[in-house]
Amino acid sequence: MSRSNEHIEKPQTAIKPPNPRLKSWKSVFNKLKKNKSAVVGGVLIILLIIIALVGPYLTPYDPLYDQDVTNKLATPSSDHWFGTDNFGRDIFSRVIQGTGLTLMIGFFSILLGATIGIFLGIIAGYYGKRTDSIIMRIMDVLLAFPSILLALTIVTVLGGSMFNVIIAVAISSIPIFARIVRGSTLSVKKLEYIDAMRALGASDSRIIFKHILPNITSPIIVQATLSIATAILSASGLSFLGLGAQPPTPEWGAMLSDGRNYLYNAPHVALFPGLAIVVAVLAFNLLGDGLRDAFDPKTRE
Amino acid sequence: MFQFIIRRILQTIPVLIGVSIIVFSMMHLVPGDPAQVIAGEGAPQEQIDNIRERLGLNDPLPKQYLDYVTNAVQGDLGTSMRSGRDVSSEIGARFWVTVELAFYSTVLAVFVGLIVGIISATRKYSAIDTTLMLIALFGLSMPNFWLGLMLIQWFAIGIDLPSWVPFFSNTAWFSPSGWGSFSQIVLPVITLGTSSAAIIARMTRSSMLDVIGQDYIRTARAKGVKEQIVIYRHALKNALIPIVTVVGLQFGGLLGGAVLTESVFAVNGMGKLIIDSIQARDFPVVQGTILVASLLFVFVNLVVDVAYRLLNKRIDLD
Repeated sequence: MSRSNEHIEKPQTAIKPPNPRLKSWKSVFNKLKKNKSAVVGGVLIILLIIIALVGPYLTPYDPLYDQDVTNKLATPSSDHWFGTDNFGRDIFSRVIQGTGLTLMIGFFSILLGATIGIFLGIIAGYYGKRTDSIIMRIMDVLLAFPSILLALTIVTVLGGSMFNVIIAVAISSIPIFARIVRGSTLSVKKLEYIDAMRALGASDSRIIFKHILPNITSPIIVQATLSIATAILSASGLSFLGLGAQPPTPEWGAMLSDGRNYLYNAPHVALFPGLAIVVAVLAFNLLGDGLRDAFDPKTRE
Repeated sequence: MFQFIIRRILQTIPVLIGVSIIVFSMMHLVPGDPAQVIAGEGAPQEQIDNIRERLGLNDPLPKQYLDYVTNAVQGDLGTSMRSGRDVSSEIGARFWVTVELAFYSTVLAVFVGLIVGIISATRKYSAIDTTLMLIALFGLSMPNFWLGLMLIQWFAIGIDLPSWVPFFSNTAWFSPSGWGSFSQIVLPVITLGTSSAAIIARMTRSSMLDVIGQDYIRTARAKGVKEQIVIYRHALKNALIPIVTVVGLQFGGLLGGAVLTESVFAVNGMGKLIIDSIQARDFPVVQGTILVASLLFVFVNLVVDVAYRLLNKRIDLD
């Protein structure tokens, strides 16, 4: 089909037909609004993002350099809401400062992992045969490592730093996306409109990106949301083990690792960073659950 | 069935090869010369050459890999750089500790998860259901290392109780570290089992709700079968099938989670061995432990798949 033909065939009327995809997004959004867990999760995430963006400018103390050694390991008070740590630093300021780090690690590791996973999954599902079995066997191998162990292996090789934690968590999240996307691609590929597109002479990449990918977004979005929760847990776990963010970075897992040495006389040092992790993970789990319900065709009106 | 088991075992072979390649490559992907890394900074050249010769690092990579696998199959995973002992005996001493920890945690998770899931499913949308599922969501969202620290604080260091509480003056009931006695086992098992219990509870609830909504359950009720029998005989039996898979996957997750739990409670298992060895840059031990843990996980998944098939088969015959 030549370009000029396409141009002539365009409808001349100004009234656009309603975009069915947009309509279905609206229906999902309406259902999300009614879903309690999605609303709570979404609001929490927005709050966390605001804290991450604005918080560092409003914290009462500098998270790194305000070290009040005479007042170290102080219990929570009106001066230090969450108390002070072993260097006399204000834990509240450090928790606030760590919010952005945590969100960034969770978001970027899943962005990277999901992108690679989606690509591999779509290629595997679309081309099938040899391509499919090679890709999926490699994914099986990655899945053969018990959860955090794969990330641990990668961090061991690359060395412990926050950037490497993102890479490690990203790689360990690839297989789940590849699996889900491959499954969805297989079911969409069978539909008639794909055959029609092929008969019209559309290229593989056009079919994949314009016709398959937009129709398999809902499972990807659900999985990505839930994966961010897992990523935050794994990343903070690696930092807790001393393999991720290094002190004095106010990363929540690393702060917990400091706190474990003071459980006897200053349990608050470990309490608050942990609570912060719980809130962040909970927020993404809530939103993920809500999204899953909203996308579920069984509950769609 | 026999054919299925054989086919499933054959399927694990490429996975095992892949896992061994990744574990083998670890040593070579570490930036710098592995022999130099092992010898340490500023070691004399002679010593580095010695190590290189001893580890066969001068051979071509494929030969090194084949040697590694041949030795590994015979139970030789190399020598620890730190202790000078065989890696396999280092692991052997700790293998069962981690398996015990993961096993007890799985038992706890299945037990609590099933009970909570069934209670929730049978009282759908009630206050109890909502509360239990909220607790489950918290359990799922908690980093287990933090839970471990909190449990140590509450139940090992203990909190003083008011004087009117009989028998106990504080809550220091369990031991904060080690492995072996009952008081040492309780807290790590709770720590490791909680998130799995939460996942199994959620899974059980949704699986039960799916089954309860089906026609044959309505038929059973219409026949006048007692509600308890409907739930446990008819619904649970079928709801269990997807749960079996989740339990298998959880066991693998627990093997990984054991790294953090063992680190918190100073349990001398494979997880702590990995961390200690990473910190000491004792790569042969890291490699060996990760290999053993992955093999264990692959094996457990194999068993679960077969069990799933068996369960399914029996129900097909009914």
